[in-house]
Amino acid sequence: MSPDSVSFIFLNAFLINNFVLAMFLGLCPFLGVSGKINTAWSMGLATTLVMLISSLSALFINELLVYFQIEFLRLICYIAVIASAVQLVEMSMKKFSPGLFKALGIFLPLITTNCAILGLALFQTSKEYDLAQSLAYSTGAGAGFILAIVLMAGLREKLELADLPNTSKGAAISLMLAGILSLIFMGFAGLGS
Amino acid sequence: MPIKEDHTITADTFLSGIWKENPVFVMLLGMCPVLAVTNSVINALAMGLATTFVLLCSSALISMLRNFIPKEVRIATYIVIIATFVTITDYVIQAISLELYNALGAFIQLIVVNCMILGRAEAYASKNRFLKTMTNSLGMGIGFTIALLSLGSVRELLGNGSLLGYSLFGDAFQPWVVMVLPPGGFIVLGAWLLLFNWLKERKENLSLANERGTS
Amino acid sequence: MTESDATESIAIKRASSLSMIVTLGGVAMLSGLLVVLTWQLTLAPIQENQRIMIEKAIFQVVSDATQRRTYILTDEGIEDVSSMQKNQKQQKLKKAGIKFYAAYDEQGQLKGIAAEAAAQGYADMVRLLYGYDPQCQCIRGFSVIKMTETPGLGDKILTDEIFLASFDALDARLSADKKTLKNAIVTVKHGSKKNPWEIDAISGATITSKAVGKAINQGAAQLLPKLSPFLQQLQQLEPSINAPEHAEAKK
Repeated sequence: MSPDSVSFIFLNAFLINNFVLAMFLGLCPFLGVSGKINTAWSMGLATTLVMLISSLSALFINELLVYFQIEFLRLICYIAVIASAVQLVEMSMKKFSPGLFKALGIFLPLITTNCAILGLALFQTSKEYDLAQSLAYSTGAGAGFILAIVLMAGLREKLELADLPNTSKGAAISLMLAGILSLIFMGFAGLGS
Repeated sequence: MPIKEDHTITADTFLSGIWKENPVFVMLLGMCPVLAVTNSVINALAMGLATTFVLLCSSALISMLRNFIPKEVRIATYIVIIATFVTITDYVIQAISLELYNALGAFIQLIVVNCMILGRAEAYASKNRFLKTMTNSLGMGIGFTIALLSLGSVRELLGNGSLLGYSLFGDAFQPWVVMVLPPGGFIVLGAWLLLFNWLKERKENLSLANERGTS
Repeated sequence: MTESDATESIAIKRASSLSMIVTLGGVAMLSGLLVVLTWQLTLAPIQENQRIMIEKAIFQVVSDATQRRTYILTDEGIEDVSSMQKNQKQQKLKKAGIKFYAAYDEQGQLKGIAAEAAAQGYADMVRLLYGYDPQCQCIRGFSVIKMTETPGLGDKILTDEIFLASFDALDARLSADKKTLKNAIVTVKHGSKKNPWEIDAISGATITSKAVGKAINQGAAQLLPKLSPFLQQLQQLEPSINAPEHAEAKK
């Protein structure tokens, strides 16, 4: 697969360089919201939606910034767009799916500070992807995020019933688990070349 | 009746960020850079200093403007201010050393979404006076840097046999390469948390035993 | 609620909308000012740093060189862009041109050509600069611009002696019709290098070694055939208007 092809970009973001387990992006929700599989799914889907919106907006805004040669405003513009996208998703979720809105609660506005979304916009800009490649990249990143967070949620649900030493309960064991997951995902390196 | 603001600066204002409310080990904020740039001590130090700089500047400005920012737009304003200082830091690092900039990668710009900075702005800078905010932010920044360094030194030592780029063990040392890779980051942080939990438990058990002993 | 209460609450709402807009506008202006100021102040040092970095790489891959000129090769020919501003260069590049550097010694003699190449490695793209010697029609070395390969494994491409020895004179001759490389540059298994156009991979770091081979092969195959008609033109450094001292050296 050519490294510029849409399928490789998707695979890269999804598995080979998984946003959470290889690039360390999106860790706060990964450790915070992965308690139950249902919440994890909802969080993952909401995040993917925001990723898609932000990715498209970032592409458009970057064209404008380059045209007017004001690239130094990039960071401020991107974060403003992400905050607005989250607000948009929040409002539409409140209207169309109030159950989901209640379930996610405080975590919805926290998507703004999810490094994965800003990271996605910044990487996409530095790699100079066009429209198709950007869509593949954001879909892959979203799918990878969902995969990681749901896997973690599944594992943690099982952990609830396990006999753990008290010292390791909480974040410590989650991190160890994440380390093992990350190790496993390293096996995907070299896929597709 | 408005709540009376507590304007006293104590040693606790400064120290809470380092130990009791350490942003990484206790509050688990700002995790992304902690794991990503701690594969060497130099990177960890640079990231810690950059984040502290942004934290100090943004909380200073927010504290100074705290009575002028209407409640409804406060988050948006904080984000714009933080993004400004991150952009400034980004360009300054590029001007100082391109090698360091390439090593830290996009994570300099990701300082803007470090929950620690926004959290401090919301919980502290918007409610306290300039000097008190600065003291607390300095403590938080130092606590953050210490956390980064503790991870960076373990990872670089085990994964590369060096510290600050200076090889410590000679050629015969077989480095534990996974330590400087993503899994190593997770595992080392998990190990540190385990250590702290264990210390906390021991302290609690000791004080419980003391109480029982004296009662 | 009395009428005066209603008007008062509307007035408060309007006042607070105004104060919101004023705050946001004020903060935006302040940020803009600070960022533009920083950008202006750091522009020169950053460009200097970038220049130093690229020249260090060029002089590493082309030995005995002390000066360089930047060119863009398009279908129409080569163009010296050494003195152009960055955004003009970018526009020219976007018209499917290839950027390369011509490196000269003190006397203005062409010592080699340097160009960028990139390929997917183990973790991410490996970007490097390779040096081409037109005298022997071979590639004499490479310098890594950016890579995030495994420390201790992938980054051995910088230090492994056998790997680097492959680049003493890596064959990059053109085919008879001058349209492609006579033999594609390829990375072979560790210890099985037989031909001058092969690169001996590092055992345990195959993917990164292959990335270097792929990058150089793709880059050279793209650049060298198109460049060969112009090599004669580049042999001697023209005394540029900005550097009268080179004309002195030529005498």
